[in-house]
Amino acid sequence: MSARRTLATAGRVLAQVRHDPRTIGLLIVVPCVLIGLMAWVFSGTPTFDRYGALILALFPFIIMFIVTSVVMLRERQGGTLERLMTTPLGRGDLLAGYALAFGALAIVQAVIATAFAVWVCGLDVAGDVWLLVVIAVLDALLGVTLGLLGSAFASTELQAVQFMPAFVLPQLFLCGLFVERDQLPRGLKQLSDVLPLSYAIDAMRTVSTQADAASEVWGSLGVVTGFVIGAVLLAALTLRRRTT
Amino acid sequence: MTIAAAPEAVVLEDVSVTRGHRLALDRVSVAIPSGAVVGLLGPSGSGKTTMMRAIVGVQAHVSGTIRVLGRPAGTPALRHEVAYLTQATSVYRDLSVEENLRYFAGLLGLDRRAVSVAIEGVLHTVGLADRGADLTGRLSGGQLSRVSLAAALLGDPRLIILDEPTVGLDPVLREDLWQTFADLARSGVSLLVSSHVMNEAARCRQLLLLRDGRILATGSPGELLERTGAPDLDAAFLAMIGEAEAAVAA
Repeated sequence: MSARRTLATAGRVLAQVRHDPRTIGLLIVVPCVLIGLMAWVFSGTPTFDRYGALILALFPFIIMFIVTSVVMLRERQGGTLERLMTTPLGRGDLLAGYALAFGALAIVQAVIATAFAVWVCGLDVAGDVWLLVVIAVLDALLGVTLGLLGSAFASTELQAVQFMPAFVLPQLFLCGLFVERDQLPRGLKQLSDVLPLSYAIDAMRTVSTQADAASEVWGSLGVVTGFVIGAVLLAALTLRRRTT
Repeated sequence: MTIAAAPEAVVLEDVSVTRGHRLALDRVSVAIPSGAVVGLLGPSGSGKTTMMRAIVGVQAHVSGTIRVLGRPAGTPALRHEVAYLTQATSVYRDLSVEENLRYFAGLLGLDRRAVSVAIEGVLHTVGLADRGADLTGRLSGGQLSRVSLAAALLGDPRLIILDEPTVGLDPVLREDLWQTFADLARSGVSLLVSSHVMNEAARCRQLLLLRDGRILATGSPGELLERTGAPDLDAAFLAMIGEAEAAVAA
């Protein structure tokens, strides 16, 4: 691995995004609009306070998953990946560069979305607000790395986009958002124990309901980090220098 | 200086490549001299791209041995010394021309000052000196392939593999580029250039004629004309195909 080549790749990905201001706008504005809409729909009920933080964990995950899988697929199909594989760039450099670039975007997205939820929409959080941002960024990284991995199994952009419901929706049903994970049927509870989003949602719930959340969430965040690293390693295995 | 004294840039020995159930290259043995422009010719589907990819080390299912600049093909150290221009224009359309080149130069490890000089140099070579700030995706097809070529020229590679570099270019630019290839060869760089345009073949020191994954003939343009008695390389190629088919039929 080379720090220089990793940074060059991250810089290149960010430059690509910079040339596409509408994508930046969508990354920043869409989560805020959705959070605002949710706050408005549930105004006068405790629902927004109960679920707002959980939604804050979901958006970065879903959006970054879609964006990275499409960008990475373009790299595979446009011939640039083949060219990169003939240069000194390592597979790890490429993946780390992507994670770094989208991680930076995720920080901006998470800070703005969280600030909007807490200070504009009045989301009530028992724990520290900065923890919401940390969890949201980690969830975004989870989306990035799963997107990088998922793109290996898609041969068209149409397939890549459909991996979103395939990878994400089952996790959404099982993560404890609709039914508490303890109340899930036995087999499903066990399944939810091995899915990363469950731990992200657990962490968000802890922060939104407990004042001394910081000491409690590290376990869940550790599990999510483990999934992030695992997904990067698997993605590196799917990137081949030699192709047919 | 004699040609025979120069060590070979690339040596293929008994190289076969399977793609699916098909043999894309069939026991190819050939040597590519260094410091020369070598033309790889053949109809589409004859295995030109597969052979180039095998030399660069990105082709899977290769048997036999390939030595590139004295090392086995695909050795990591070669990634600093071998440049490869893919047939598709493999540059980022959503970056400016200069941003593209800056990225590829960065991957080769050029330092900041060297990068600016190198970018200016390769842009001049491909005739895009004033287009550095343009968004790559807005360029015409011919300009796009020149950006891709410029990226392959970065970092002073010792071996340059170019897959159909002149497709879609106008005659003047084509002429300029072949002049550039000749200049590079004179400075010691080895070039392997694929083409299916026979009149470009006359510009090469040596030709490799590929058909159905096999080497049909090798030699200088003059030798091939002499051997077949044909008036031009097009006719020479057709004559050799005819010979090969007659041999198979007999």
